[in-house]
Amino acid sequence: MTRFQPSACGGLRIHLANVEVMLRWSGALWLETECALVVADLHFEKGSSYAARFGQMLPPYDTRETLDRLDREIALLSPARLLFLGDSFHDGGGEARLAPDEARRLEGLAMGRELVWAVGNHDADGPKTLPGAVIDEASLAGLVFRHEPEPGARPGEVAGHLHPAARITSGRATTRRRCFVTDGQRLVLPAFGAYTGGLNILDEAFSNLFAGPMLAGALGPRRVHAVGPRSLRPD
Amino acid sequence: MLAADALPPKFQQWFASRGWSPRAHQLEMLEKARAGRGALLIAPTGGGKTLAGFLPSLIELTERPKRNAPAGVHTLYISPLKALAVDVERNLLTPIREMDLPIVAESRTGDTGEARKARQRVRPPDILLTTPEQLALFCAWEGAREYFADLRCVIIDEAHAIWPSKRGDLLALGLARLQAFAPGMRRVGLSATVDDPDLVRRWLGCNSPPPRGEGAGGGGAGSELTPPSPTPSPQGGRGSNIDLVLGSGGARPVVEVLISGGRVPWAGHTAEHAMAEVYEIIKSAKTALVFVNTRFQAEFAFQRLWELNDEGLPIALHHGSLSAEQRRKVEAAMARGALRAVVCTSTLDMGIDWGDVDLVIQLAAPKGASRMVQRIGRANHRLDEPSRALFVPASRFEMLECRAAADAILENHLDGEPPRVGALDVLAQHVMGCACSEPFELTALYQEIRSAGPYADLSWEDFETVVDFVSTGGYALRTYDKFRRIVRNADGLWTARNAQARQQHRMNVGAIVSPGMINIRVGGGKRPMGGRKIGEAEEGYFEQLTPGDTFVFAGQVWRYNSLVGADAFVSPAPNDDPKMPSWGGSKFPLSTYLASRVRQMMHDEREWAALPPDVQEWLTWQKVRSAIPNEGEMLLETFPRGKRFHLVCYPFDGRLAHTTLAMLLTRRLDRLGVGPLGFVCNDYALNIWSLRPMDDLDLDELFAQDMLGDDLEAWLDESFMMKRAFKHCALIAGLIERRHPGAEKSGRQVTFSTDLIYDVLRKHQPDHLMLRCARHDAATGMLDIARLGDMLARVKGHIRHKSLDRVSPFAVPIMLEIGRERAPGDAAGEMILAEAEEDLIAEAMP
Repeated sequence: MTRFQPSACGGLRIHLANVEVMLRWSGALWLETECALVVADLHFEKGSSYAARFGQMLPPYDTRETLDRLDREIALLSPARLLFLGDSFHDGGGEARLAPDEARRLEGLAMGRELVWAVGNHDADGPKTLPGAVIDEASLAGLVFRHEPEPGARPGEVAGHLHPAARITSGRATTRRRCFVTDGQRLVLPAFGAYTGGLNILDEAFSNLFAGPMLAGALGPRRVHAVGPRSLRPD
Repeated sequence: MLAADALPPKFQQWFASRGWSPRAHQLEMLEKARAGRGALLIAPTGGGKTLAGFLPSLIELTERPKRNAPAGVHTLYISPLKALAVDVERNLLTPIREMDLPIVAESRTGDTGEARKARQRVRPPDILLTTPEQLALFCAWEGAREYFADLRCVIIDEAHAIWPSKRGDLLALGLARLQAFAPGMRRVGLSATVDDPDLVRRWLGCNSPPPRGEGAGGGGAGSELTPPSPTPSPQGGRGSNIDLVLGSGGARPVVEVLISGGRVPWAGHTAEHAMAEVYEIIKSAKTALVFVNTRFQAEFAFQRLWELNDEGLPIALHHGSLSAEQRRKVEAAMARGALRAVVCTSTLDMGIDWGDVDLVIQLAAPKGASRMVQRIGRANHRLDEPSRALFVPASRFEMLECRAAADAILENHLDGEPPRVGALDVLAQHVMGCACSEPFELTALYQEIRSAGPYADLSWEDFETVVDFVSTGGYALRTYDKFRRIVRNADGLWTARNAQARQQHRMNVGAIVSPGMINIRVGGGKRPMGGRKIGEAEEGYFEQLTPGDTFVFAGQVWRYNSLVGADAFVSPAPNDDPKMPSWGGSKFPLSTYLASRVRQMMHDEREWAALPPDVQEWLTWQKVRSAIPNEGEMLLETFPRGKRFHLVCYPFDGRLAHTTLAMLLTRRLDRLGVGPLGFVCNDYALNIWSLRPMDDLDLDELFAQDMLGDDLEAWLDESFMMKRAFKHCALIAGLIERRHPGAEKSGRQVTFSTDLIYDVLRKHQPDHLMLRCARHDAATGMLDIARLGDMLARVKGHIRHKSLDRVSPFAVPIMLEIGRERAPGDAAGEMILAEAEEDLIAEAMP
């Protein structure tokens, strides 16, 4: 049985296939033993992809906002490894559309640490000019990291791709939050990007992945809240 | 003035054949037309207003010499209601057919078939009847200028209902565009009675003659544009090209206030106490319209009336949440004369004429005299007979309000509207539309836009900001310069980037943004599938329901089962007591004029004699126990009750302004260490309770006007109202599409909400145009900041504080509001409330 242990930093400490990891309220995963920070689905330049493809002028500040969030985590944790778990750019042209200032900030992330880009369906080729290693999947501390969760039982898999979100009811009030979702064996991370939406974890895309009861770690301001199946609602 | 024989013989004969003679205002409209003048006709319903508007066009078209080339549209008629455009088409066909006039009149709305639309494009009808949204689409047509080159006249129906709104802004811009296409075009407005016709004239009129010849194609090809001289448009010119024509007033309405069983309840919104008497009165009338202020009140009244309806009178229900089909059925039954009463909301404030209505009943206070005059106007369209109206106040303060409204209507003193300043999100949509239609030159478009009433004072800076927004999104970070939606062509003119941009604009035209609507369908179980749709409700409604809750809709009790996507599944629960959440009072704020009248009536004891005895007694004990404030004063009472301390004040400025005030006061009280616990507001008063007494507060300090500064900003930016306003503005301005970004990901809906966009924009560019628009809308529409500002100025130095040892008679209603919002139909809740009410009254009155 999975046990969630609240931590002083607002995160939740859990055992994932017997490996201890920390779920951060930012939506990132922290592996203390490896000094590694993992974030999924950053979708950099999602805003500008709407401008490029549809001529729709959404505020072009999503990359800046996502980088700000990332910087806060880096300042707090000083990771030696930074792993982007796929869909780091919203589309293949995203890297070329980066504002010069933001491209420099992204380059800076690789200074003094190992930067790894796992590829996703939105960015199948990985970045072309930015520093860092481009991989399909990674093994770390006995866990497997890849963008898209594989069907069937995959103990120790950490993935993104699905943008999990939970609709939570308590009494009369309802709220919808991005969340981690796990059964103690595998884990799906919430999307980290500023313009990323969420898919309800009661969708069958999730039920096909988890054998045991699903537990959600819902992101609140400064805390991850452990939420059991009884409080979950469909959209 | 023209004599009746000024009409062509054919028309004279037609009038005579119907046993009519042309009315004075119909002839006057003809005279204005012959003089080439625009006109605003103000006449009560049933005065032959529509015919007066069309008569000049019918005559002109009949006398028009034959031409070789097919003519374009001669007269464009615009109505805020689709149904009205279709109905007027039908009514117009009668004289055309009976006089055998060589005139083609056709309607075109969102419901018109594609084939007919295509034919209209190739062969324009002489008279085209349409809606403001269609006009916005016309303006974005390539070739619009040629299509409307022959336009002689535009008729705006129900002008009073449309001008003070974003739809009115868009329409005014459309008129400016048409005027540029057809400089000889006359503007005609048809309106119900309004307090200040000059405001409607200014909106309708062309403020400065559109610059002909100059502009398009000429000058300004360089990239450095010199703004035109910033002189404000001449005040004298505003609307002065629109003459005022008044229809005869008709008989004065007979307005009565119902005091059911000789008593007026202390508090409440439903007038439940009077329902039996209302039913008897409906029985005595031929056909009655029963107006209420919210759809929930409509459901409630409809249910109560049917419980009493032993004789099975055909009583129907009409409100905005019912499905369009259901509403049309009710309207059709009404037109056939098959109904004895319709319980309705503002959905029937205007629209198609029903001759047989002889009584209008207003349940709960009307909140404004102008709206009430329009509602009363729905009765008795024969001018010689007076309209009959009956007010049924639901509480004691409402009794005062109904009395004030009845007096105001008799004296024909209506509420004023503030002048309209055009919204910039609407302007952005219009600018994009213009670029879709044909290339424009910046300064020429600026002049054209300023000829529209709401935009007469538009600054060059704001105009440039809007154009930049349309082009690149208007961001400080210039990443979108290469994706511009409008670009400058070789001649230096602005034009839409490509066909995709044009197509996108056409999909998103209009200034109506309805809140997200949820379909209510019959169905239950775990995976409910497409059951029968019984209507729609705003998305917020179901957020307050838990599966299993019961509610009344379309006159029946339903159990709420589940919400799946945009469908709420419900099953009938005929034997359950409905649990009806979100039972609010009026959504309309009490008008400033009525509020001041109520304050005056309260203070002037001579006026009390006209009130029922229990209300007089209530006022008397208020004077003894606390105080009756002078006209210029605001009464504020502090008293303990139970373990709490209360602060109750009576600004009479409407629920919206009171709620904003209470929010801001609570923040201040919190800083003062008083420990505020909660508040409740109605149209008349607000009530804040706290852990510690509030008798010794510096009240002038507490109500100081600077609360509208930083406190307001800080609170507003976090509020859900801002997010909602932002979404509306962003939709209208074309920042986001009506079909949401992310929708292209079919199957698995990974959508992201406008809240994310709002949060990011607020953080990184807080002065962006869309945030300015949203703040403005939230401050006016949702928070009534202007009203609150006036109120704070008014009460400064005029707060009359009474420190009491117990609740006062005036405070009883607002004390009863605590906890009332839950459920009027809930038996246990009612019992608790009833006990609380007796307790409170015993305390307040001997």
